[in-house]
Parts: sequence; C-alpha cells; structure tokens
Amino acid sequence: MEKLKYALYTGCTARESTPELLKSTLAIAEKLGIELVLLDEASCCGASHLQDYDDFLSLVLNARNICYAEKLGLTMVTICNTCQLNTAMTKHRLDTNPELKARVNAKLAEVGLEYKGTSEVTHFLYALVQDFGLENLAALVKVPLSQFNIAPFYGCHNIRPSELQNLSNGGENPYNPTSLDDLIIACGGVNVDYAEKNKCCGFHAELQSPHTAAVLTGNALAGAIDANADWIVTPCPLCHLKLDVQHHGASKAIGRDVKLPVLHMPQMVGLALGCTPAELGLNHHVTKVDFV
Amino acid sequence: MDALTSQQVTFKVFRFNEETDYLPFYNTYTLNVTHEEVVLDILNRIKWDHDGSLSYRRSCRHGICGVCSIKINGKAILACKSRLFDLVKIFGTDLTIEPLSTKRVIKDLIIDKKDFWEKHAHVNPYLVSDIIEEPTSEHLVSPHDAEKLNEADYCIQCGACHYSCPALAINEQFIGPAAFAAAYRFSADVRDEGALERLHIVNEEAEGVWDCVKCMECAEACPKDVNPIEKITKLHNMIFEAGIAKNNVATRHAVGFAHSIQKHGLLDEGELVRYSEGNIGVMKHIPEALAMFKNGKIVMPWNMPKSKNLDEIKKLIQSSSTVKF
Ligand code: SF4
Ligand code: SF4
Ligand code: SF4
Ligand code: FES
Repeated sequence: MEKLKYALYTGCTARESTPELLKSTLAIAEKLGIELVLLDEASCCGASHLQDYDDFLSLVLNARNICYAEKLGLTMVTICNTCQLNTAMTKHRLDTNPELKARVNAKLAEVGLEYKGTSEVTHFLYALVQDFGLENLAALVKVPLSQFNIAPFYGCHNIRPSELQNLSNGGENPYNPTSLDDLIIACGGVNVDYAEKNKCCGFHAELQSPHTAAVLTGNALAGAIDANADWIVTPCPLCHLKLDVQHHGASKAIGRDVKLPVLHMPQMVGLALGCTPAELGLNHHVTKVDFV
Repeated sequence: MDALTSQQVTFKVFRFNEETDYLPFYNTYTLNVTHEEVVLDILNRIKWDHDGSLSYRRSCRHGICGVCSIKINGKAILACKSRLFDLVKIFGTDLTIEPLSTKRVIKDLIIDKKDFWEKHAHVNPYLVSDIIEEPTSEHLVSPHDAEKLNEADYCIQCGACHYSCPALAINEQFIGPAAFAAAYRFSADVRDEGALERLHIVNEEAEGVWDCVKCMECAEACPKDVNPIEKITKLHNMIFEAGIAKNNVATRHAVGFAHSIQKHGLLDEGELVRYSEGNIGVMKHIPEALAMFKNGKIVMPWNMPKSKNLDEIKKLIQSSSTVKF
C-alpha cells in the first residue's frame, strides 16, 4: 500500500482539554505508517456557534484553514466531529456557490491566500475505515479487545446531515451507522447495540440549556450501561468531554447513577495495536480507565 | 438486492387504543413486498387483508398533505413516499412501524398533534402586512426575492422534524424546528412587516432558538428538504442583525468565539466559559473544572496555544466581520 499522508486539522479541543486525543492520534498514525502534517496555522472552526453570530466570518476563517491543506496538496483530516461538520459545510457551500466563493476569496486575498476547493475534508475515522482499510488494520492488531463489550457513540456531526456527510464522510446512513461498529470488530472487540448510539450528547447546549444537555448525556450513558457495555468509544472530543467529565450532572438529571469510561477512537485502536496507556494519554480521563 | 423484484419483510406494528388499552403492544406480520410498494401500501394491505381495526392517517397519497408521517425503526418518513426496498437497504428485513410520538397516541399510528399546531400558531405563521382593500395590480415578488425563503415554504407540516427533535422531547417549552422554519419563512418574505415581533418570540430563553442542541436531526428527518436547522441559524443571524440579541449566556457563548479567535486563533476554552457565564455564573462549573485540572485537561493562560500566522487571522476578523454585538 502506498503510504497515506494527510494534513491534520487538530481543532482546539485536542490541544487543550483533550490532549490525550492528539497524543493517541499521533501514536496510532505512527504505528500504522500514516503521515500526518499538523496544520499549525489553522484557527478554531467556530464550533457551530460562531456562524450563529457572524456566518460570513465563520466561512472566511474555515476557508482559510482549508487553504493550508490545499497548499500542501493533501486531504485534510479532522479529529473532531464538529470541526468536520463546520469545515465540510464551508467547503460544500463555497464549492457550490461561485459568488460566495468569490466574496470569501476577496477577503482571503488580503492575506495572500486563495480557496480553490482542491482538498477533500474527512474525519480520521473514515480515513482509517476507507483509506487504510479495516482488513489491513485487523492484520496489525496485537492485543485483540475480545474481552470487552464496547459501545460506539457516533456523535451527530459526523453522520448528519447525510446529504453533506455523504460527500465527505463515506456515506453511511445516520439511522443505522456502521463505521465505528466495524472498527470495534476490526480491533477484536464486541460491538454493543443501543438506541442512543447515533443520538446527540447535548454538548452544544450545555451552557444555555444545561438540563436538556444533561438529560441527553445521561440517556446516552444509561443506554450503553443497560446494553452491558464495559466502555464507550467516540470519534468526537466534544462528546468525550460531555460523557467523560459530566456524569455527575447527567446522573442528577436522569435520577440514576451513570458512569462509564469513554475512550477516544484512536485510543481504542491504540490499545489493539499494543500502545501503552501512557502513549495513549489514558491518565487524562476524569472517569478513570481502570481496565488496562 | 437491486435485482430483486419482491422479498419477505417482517413488520412489527405498534398498536394502542387510548380508550381500551392499558399498555401498547405490537402485531407482527411477514409479507412479501414488491420493489414498487411504499409503506402506505403495506399499511393498507394489513388493514384490508389482516386487521381492519388498524388505524393510521392518509389522504393525498402524494407527499403533499403531510398526515401520513410515521416512524420506521426510529426514522421519520412519509408512508406514501417511502419505498420499502429503500428502508430494507438501511435496516434489513425487520421493520418496526410506530407513530411519530408514542407519548401522544390516540389510536395505533394516529397521534394528537395539538402541541405541534400550538407551537406553529405561536410564531405568527402568516404574512403581516397592510392590505390595500381594492388593489389595482398584483403584489409581485421577484424571483430573486422569492429565493430568500430558501425553500422554507416547502414545509407540509408533517411533524417529522418536530417529533424527531431531542431538545423538544426534553424541554416542552422549546418552539421546535417546524415552527422555527415557519418563523423564518414569513420573516424572510419581502412583503412581511411582522419580522421583528417574530424574532422577539424566537429569541426567548428556553423557548427560542438558543436552546437547540444542533443535532441536525430535523434536517435529516424532513421529507421536503426544508432543512430547519439552517433556518434556525438564519434566525440567530437575524436576531443579531436586528440588534435584539439579549446579553445572556447563549449570546455571549456565540460572540465569545470571535473574541477568542481574535486573541489566540484557537479557542480559549476556559475563558469562553467565563465570558459566557459571567464571573458569578462560572462558579457552578468549578467542580468539573477541578476534576479536569487534576487530569491535565486545563491549559493555564500562560500556556495557551496560539495559531501560527495569527496576524492573518486578526486581519481577517477585522476585515470580514459583518455583525456587532
Ligand atoms: S454528539 Fe454532541 S458533541 Fe458530538 S457531535 Fe453531536 S452535538 Fe456535537
Ligand atoms: S438541530 Fe435543533 S431544532 Fe433541529 S432537531 Fe436538533 S435540537 Fe431540534
Ligand atoms: S419542516 Fe419538513 S419535517 Fe418539519 S414539518 Fe415541515 S415538511 Fe415536515
Ligand atoms: S398521504 Fe399525504 S403526504 Fe402522505
């Protein structure tokens, strides 16, 4: 196989509150022989909130981020669902609206950049599943996760709206997604089915609508627990923050104690590839990862 | 599978009669379905050939009246528009047929949509305009102006989005995606003069657009591609443009991103929470913040990472900002 090479857009979270995500991403990329070039020039994607305030500014900033992947001539991979949605949405809007693209490029020209539309944008999960290939991954598994029931938590912004995601994220159906389930199986684990796996964690309404957000988090944790999961795995650091850090509020909101370790997608893959807990930053979790 | 012209599918159909039943139950039917059949054909066959008491709504059979919306394996659909073979492709050959909301059932697949219509009525879903009693010409809308509605006028009030919205399922005050789309539809109409009042309605805390969790379920559920969440984003923008955004945690949360990006390129997560909540509100986050700090999840101000070429970002924020708060 030709060596895979991507431009990595880390987003803010992986550089701040979930350092373990960046660490584990780089660790498994090295094990798998995937080259990731960090886009240090990139800014925050606005996390689905900046566009509520200033849609045009959000487009300009996201387009600027993509410019840096284009300069390298590489596909951009994201490691946060919400970064993925915002970036792919920007790309889609600019690629389908020449007038808007011209307006954005007029601004980018002021700093010597031009958005062309030549780089694809995809979440690292889909780069693994589709470009690297699950069979190739399974062949490299050193420590099969066969003793674990693992609950996949997909996160909204990687699967909906499908019209957009089908262009960038491999076209799985949001009502019955399979990529993360398939990845669990490739790592030797047992995938757990539960109703909340493709539902919302509530993260984006946490400050302004704390009760709604906490109930959604509680439902997700309870669903995974009732399906006999030993832990949850997610491709989204925002889902991770909600599920890993906020179990107290979630338990209170649904009137039931819910707490379960939550791993980032690359941490799970890393365990199967034989990385050490330290290489995967497993010490950074609030809900302790006590099984390794 | 595409080559098949018929196949066996097992249907589990939700049954409940408000007047006689204590609990709902399911009836199971295994039927041979053809590649031409839609869900409504199956409901008709069950009713005509197996159990005449099965109740469901249908009228136009043409994807236009919006009454036949139900859920299949949790996915909201129009029974008259969804082909069985497409559903089998997603879910396999075991399909569960349920009403849009199991909490609001009157009989079987028929629900009481009162809450939907109340929310709809709440946003003044009509043109507000002084009418010339004896017009001498038509009030024409140019194609360019008509495009501003962004297809929000395609809504058939089927309720698929409304009963797929998790924010609404938890917070009954929330106005919900269909009514927001209607609020946008009339506020974006060049003939309308009621936008400001509507924007005030959707700007209320707990009820309004700020309590959307951004799950994109409504965009996915809509059989008419109305894309309610896109209209919700536009309502947010219109609220800021009209200068009626209140100074509260929700608005500061949106604005705070611009401040943070201006300063670091990246988001200063801790500062965003402090700015959004205010110095007092932020206190309730202290227990979590401590737990995060203990596990190396909080970056100290002096270690805040910054984007490379930050001057470019600053310049773009200066030149590309279109709104003030
Ligand atoms: S599940 Fe939550 S954090 Fe994850 S993508 Fe959806 S809303 Fe965002
Ligand atoms: S995006 Fe908002 S309005 Fe749409 S379904 Fe989700 S919470 Fe409801
Ligand atoms: S917006 Fe779409 S899903 Fe919602 S009521 Fe209208 S047509 Fe139905
Ligand atoms: S019967 Fe009218 S929309 Fe389906």
